[in-house]
Amino acid sequence: MSWVNAIVQGILLGGLYALFACGLSLLFGVMKVINLAHGDLAILAGYLAVGVVAVTHLPAVWSFIVVVPLFAALGYLAQRTLIQASLSRGVLTTLLVTFGLSIVIENALQQFFSANSRSLSIGSLVSDSLHLGSLSIAYLDLVIFLVAVVVLLGLQYFLSSSRPGRLIRAVADDREAAQLAGADYRHIFGIAAAIAFATVALAGIAYGMYTSIDPTSGTTALLLLFAFEAVVIGGLGSLWGTLVGGILLGVVQQLGAQVSSSDQVIAGQLLFLLILLIRPQGITSRRTA
Amino acid sequence: MTDAGAGGALLEVRDLTVHHGQLRALTDVSLSVGAGEVQAIIGANGAGKTTLLRAICGLKAPTSGSIRFDGADVAALRTERRVAAGIVMVPEGRRLFPSLTVQENLQVGAAYARKGPWTIDRVYELFSWMPERRRQLAAQLSGGEQQAVAIGRALVANPRLLLLDELSLGLAPVVVARIYDTLPELLASGVTILLVEQDVSQALRVASRVLCLLEGRTTLAGAPAELTAAGIESAYFGLSSAAAPGAAGSAGAAQ
Amino acid sequence: MSSPAQSAPPPSPSAAAPPAVAVSRPVRVTRSRRSAILPAIGALVIIAVLAYLPYAVHEGTTSLLVNFFILLILASMWNLLAGYAGLVSVGQQAFIGLGSYSVLIVGLHQVSPFIGLPAAVVACGAIGLVVWWLLSRLRSGYFAIATWVIASIASLIIIRFPSLGGGTGEPLSGMPTGNPTLLNAQIYWTSLAVTVIVLVALYAVLRGRLGLVLTAMRDDETGARSIGARVSRAQLLVFVIAAGGCGAAGALELLSQPFVQPTAAFSVQWTAEMIFACLIGGIGTIEGPILGTIVFFALQQWLANYGTWYFIVLGAIAIAVAIWAPRGLWGLISERLNIRLFPVGYVLWPASGAVFGPDGGPAAGSGPPALHQLIRRLGRRS
Repeated sequence: MSWVNAIVQGILLGGLYALFACGLSLLFGVMKVINLAHGDLAILAGYLAVGVVAVTHLPAVWSFIVVVPLFAALGYLAQRTLIQASLSRGVLTTLLVTFGLSIVIENALQQFFSANSRSLSIGSLVSDSLHLGSLSIAYLDLVIFLVAVVVLLGLQYFLSSSRPGRLIRAVADDREAAQLAGADYRHIFGIAAAIAFATVALAGIAYGMYTSIDPTSGTTALLLLFAFEAVVIGGLGSLWGTLVGGILLGVVQQLGAQVSSSDQVIAGQLLFLLILLIRPQGITSRRTA
Repeated sequence: MTDAGAGGALLEVRDLTVHHGQLRALTDVSLSVGAGEVQAIIGANGAGKTTLLRAICGLKAPTSGSIRFDGADVAALRTERRVAAGIVMVPEGRRLFPSLTVQENLQVGAAYARKGPWTIDRVYELFSWMPERRRQLAAQLSGGEQQAVAIGRALVANPRLLLLDELSLGLAPVVVARIYDTLPELLASGVTILLVEQDVSQALRVASRVLCLLEGRTTLAGAPAELTAAGIESAYFGLSSAAAPGAAGSAGAAQ
Repeated sequence: MSSPAQSAPPPSPSAAAPPAVAVSRPVRVTRSRRSAILPAIGALVIIAVLAYLPYAVHEGTTSLLVNFFILLILASMWNLLAGYAGLVSVGQQAFIGLGSYSVLIVGLHQVSPFIGLPAAVVACGAIGLVVWWLLSRLRSGYFAIATWVIASIASLIIIRFPSLGGGTGEPLSGMPTGNPTLLNAQIYWTSLAVTVIVLVALYAVLRGRLGLVLTAMRDDETGARSIGARVSRAQLLVFVIAAGGCGAAGALELLSQPFVQPTAAFSVQWTAEMIFACLIGGIGTIEGPILGTIVFFALQQWLANYGTWYFIVLGAIAIAVAIWAPRGLWGLISERLNIRLFPVGYVLWPASGAVFGPDGGPAAGSGPPALHQLIRRLGRRS
């Protein structure tokens, strides 16, 4: 019984991981940027949501409406300023800049919110569960999973069928050729970054509802690591792959937790290493590495 | 040496000098393309032909000199804005978007198109094999097919000046000929063409004016009728050519 | 189009000039612009002064200096990885932690932990070999994250051993009993010695063929491979050296703060400090990390009272430096004053004594190395 439960919990957790990984996948796939501040950005969004709720006294779900668009704007801005400036200087620079950003965000949060942990209360949604036979599924987990699926598949559709999506894919393929077709690639990068940041905000707020957050959660909770692992396992180049990767990671982690509670994280790490060794292009990718 | 072009030139390049870091790729190159013309730039590998096109379309900033399009200086314009003004390049090596389909490649080309006669459907008429392959990934096409799609992608933007960089690169002669056969229809639609070509005879066949580059300098300029094979050969390879008419002096020295 | 390195064509004033004829002029190649004697003597003096310090200053100062040395070693290692071999690792804390735990294990067997130091270097070097085998095919971004995963795994494995203290940590045992002041001095001297060895070794390595390969690789990997430079072997060597070096730093850390705990030992904070020191000082030179570590420590002392603001400022500085001063402080200084304290390059002198510039005229900056000589050295079978 507990194995089935573990798998189900893993799938649901995988949805959250996939939501985290979505933004990373976009940034890396389109701009070749490894955003080391990814986890911290999510936590920042969580804290902003906490702040919004504290100020407006609205139910926590309304915080999405404020924070997600705010983060989208932040993403566009970050791309046109910081990221663009460091892109022209090479991979090392983007890594260093996002690393510096990570440190700044974590410590700024600590400075302004103190080191205590917070969480977003969503009332009864947290504790209520769905009971299916011997399975117990928390409503919150289910909602987060469904949101993740909708967002990821929706974005996949957006990228493949809409004009902006097409432009994003074109710019990701060949920046210069896109320029020759009349596209301002900086603006298109900006849109991709805006979308990526918006999903990060979603993930961060969801995380804040799921568990309590503190300023260093971005690194201590290994969110960046899990997001990246989800992207690599699933395969770069498709958000559907990221969803699969997230789910696989979640399932393997939960199965590891069944063996022993301290084995949860390491089980996922080992899966990641295995994929790197035998199929580095990821599970869903049709390309060779 | 510069030759005066026809009055009211669409593209006017004067004394263009371009560096790649410390290497001087182009030195005081001038050319002039009139509306409706086909002009060809020939020269050996490394002569600076592609650099010249890249400077004209904005991908490479020149060190000195001027580029005027339709009378206006384009130096301040980024590549995208030059496309909006009507300068579109088909880059060397096609550079299609590999993960996009044929149709999607054309759609991207049309995304920022100017008003004009060229549409995706008209491109499908020009290349009759294309419509049934429209959903194939660009990476799966043959070289000649990719070249056609690349030209189509540039056409749907409705350029006034079309820059073609090494159309024949890596393609079989019969394929090259078929592609060049489409040029008349392009011209008829009002497009001016400036092309770079390694195949000299092909260039002489289609162009009304030819410019030869060697190590970044102009060594020859004129209409095909005015040029002799010997003159072209010496301008192309930089051999001493005191007796060749039309040669503008050779530049055999290393930079 | 390559011109033979020994010819210096005169600048051509205009296109109408007659074709230039290449003139052959003998050229001298040296390792440094000025004599390297002065900086060498200066270094010896500094080392002598540092060695004397335990007799002269308070223990607090020498403790601080030990931390300084540890960071200097780490920064030099990260610089070697990223600045020379192009390998960006955010997981070096794996080897730092493993170095600490190697010393712990040695100490638990009633052997002097000072012996644990070379053991740590060897162990970490060996583990580095294994890790490189796992990660070598990965490209930069993947490689970076994978190193972090390795560090995470290392930490998780160590935690499972209660004999090593598990998650709560373990104090260092096996230290020789005796005068604590003397012990601290010994730890200090050991740190100083290790630092000097590391810097000297780095200098020797970078001056030799490995250094040439690395510089060529840094500039153009494909080009380097095509003339016979053993790129992947160079990267392997660098990774193993860096692993060993970080292991040494970790060992020193435990010697000086005799309590080890997995979260701290394998913390990504180490990587943050290494990167900052390198970045601020300048990536790609030996002098850079030295200067960067000095600045880092100065900032730390100055801003220590400001808590988290210290990190915010540091992060902001790192971002600014990465974008606007990518060669760091040392890069700015060495360009202005034209100094190389650790001459690892080559300087081209024509027979007349002036140094060539890029357009053939006399140079303000250093001249390019004699190409054909470099190519010959690089391509020679190892």
